[in-house]
Amino acid sequence: MSAEPVPFKARTNIGRLAFLLIVLASYLFLAAPLVIIFVMSFNGNQYLSWPPENFTLDWYRVLPEQSQFIEGLQTTLITASSSTALVLLCGVPAALALNRYEFRGKGALSAFFLSPLLVPTIVLAVGLVLILGPIGLTNTYLGIIIGHFAITFPYIIRTTLMALLTSDTSCEEAARVLGAGRFTVFRRVTLPIIAPGVIAGGVIAFIVSFDEAVISLFVAESGRPTLPVHVLRYVEQSADAAVAALSVILILFSLLIVIIVERLMGLRTALR
Amino acid sequence: MSTTQAISTREASGRAKPTGTQERRTARRNRLTSGGLLVPALIGLTISFIVPMLWMIRMAFNEGAGSGVVIETFTLQTILDPLTDSYYWWVIWNTFSMGVISATLCIIVSYPIALFLTRTMSRWKGILIAIALAPLLTSDVVRTYGWMVILSNDGILNTALMNLGIISSPLQLANNMSGVIIGLVQIFMPYAILAMISGFGRLSPQLEEAASSLGANRFTTFLRITLPLSLPGILTAFLLVFVLSISTFVTPRLLGGGVVQVLATSIYDQTTELLNWPFAAALAVILLILFGTVVGLYQALTKKLEGE
Repeated sequence: MSAEPVPFKARTNIGRLAFLLIVLASYLFLAAPLVIIFVMSFNGNQYLSWPPENFTLDWYRVLPEQSQFIEGLQTTLITASSSTALVLLCGVPAALALNRYEFRGKGALSAFFLSPLLVPTIVLAVGLVLILGPIGLTNTYLGIIIGHFAITFPYIIRTTLMALLTSDTSCEEAARVLGAGRFTVFRRVTLPIIAPGVIAGGVIAFIVSFDEAVISLFVAESGRPTLPVHVLRYVEQSADAAVAALSVILILFSLLIVIIVERLMGLRTALR
Repeated sequence: MSTTQAISTREASGRAKPTGTQERRTARRNRLTSGGLLVPALIGLTISFIVPMLWMIRMAFNEGAGSGVVIETFTLQTILDPLTDSYYWWVIWNTFSMGVISATLCIIVSYPIALFLTRTMSRWKGILIAIALAPLLTSDVVRTYGWMVILSNDGILNTALMNLGIISSPLQLANNMSGVIIGLVQIFMPYAILAMISGFGRLSPQLEEAASSLGANRFTTFLRITLPLSLPGILTAFLLVFVLSISTFVTPRLLGGGVVQVLATSIYDQTTELLNWPFAAALAVILLILFGTVVGLYQALTKKLEGE
């Protein structure tokens, strides 16, 4: 994971070298669990001893036979894609209103839209159980989707607003002057311009929902929970190499998302 | 569009003050459009966020008898109960100290990376930043599992050390608070790095160069120039990691092995196992207050820093 930092052109002396070594060590600590999981997923020994023994692909081979993971993946894919679609449909228009129109209480409203990130997920999870339970929505896909709406919504607002802020409005004005209606202007001019931000937001919303374990655990524990909940339960019983292979696949999937977001708008802008 | 045009032509050819009316009409139309654009978002957040939060807070004022029995009332007793119980003071203390220790250690290991990323002119800078932030997008369950593999009694760190003959019995690194803290430090490093990079705005290489050309050695330059100028970034990162740590559930649950009790794990036990919802809600309100106080501090600080 970690790359060797390229030495500076400036004077290299012991102080600089020591600093770079500390940086490298910090990077290694950051990458440690992910690297270890990767190595362990090819370990021929069921137990997690070090050094790993003979190389094997067995953990990957048996993965499709583990029904609880496949079932969990199904639930996760259904709920993550539905909640992403839903937050995109609600979030993009809202960001548009915040950026392109003037109205009272705008500042308060944008603060409100980002506020779900300012509440501990576990606190929200308790509230969700309390209201979804009586109306029979716990242990349903819809329950998980509702739960994930609030925590993914702020990302869409943030990335879409960022894209709108940096976009040039002259094309929109030109289209308007030439007689295009509001919706046409949005669909043919604005949307293509802000598309990278919207897609980045959607991709982040998807991965946040895909990885989320706490709300899914509270809301859908005894139904058909999502993949992270299955992994959490499995790992609670035994932390053996069987989960390592699955984890590697999940890490590679996240890496793909990282690359997409980095290409679209830069990871730092999208996550801050 | 055609209707608008029809209306505006009628306006123009009609009575006096066409511009005023039209402006008002446009304003009204804008209000309607922006309102319409906001409605789905407001409905969504009301259902998924506002109602659950309000209901949870209301529940904290009920009395719970366990096993799902809720006595509808309006009392402060349920929130006061954990605050007068020494066990829950211990839980709150665990939560607080876990937050402080993991935030402190997290700052210490993240600071070199943040400083390096702020200063470097390398053409790899973008990639190095991405590598530092990438773990953010992997599941905390997966990353905690990685630490269980490393730290548990028969995990790779202990077996490696025993095979090398450095230790004879396994070090107790998992299923206790130290394991949870090691995990949290690594899990929140990307957040700390991100917050510090954003907070290092006042750090400039010119100042450091000036200091060294005036005769300060590297250590003095760091102590007198670099460190004071990076304090705002350090402070925001500290508060951020603190609030993230006290509200996390997965890592204390998995790496704590049932031994470590913090507010988040107690909330889970009360909600899903003991089914004492008012009490779970009361604990959640206490966590929310602790969280909210520190978040308020954090926001005041970042606002002040951005204002400068």
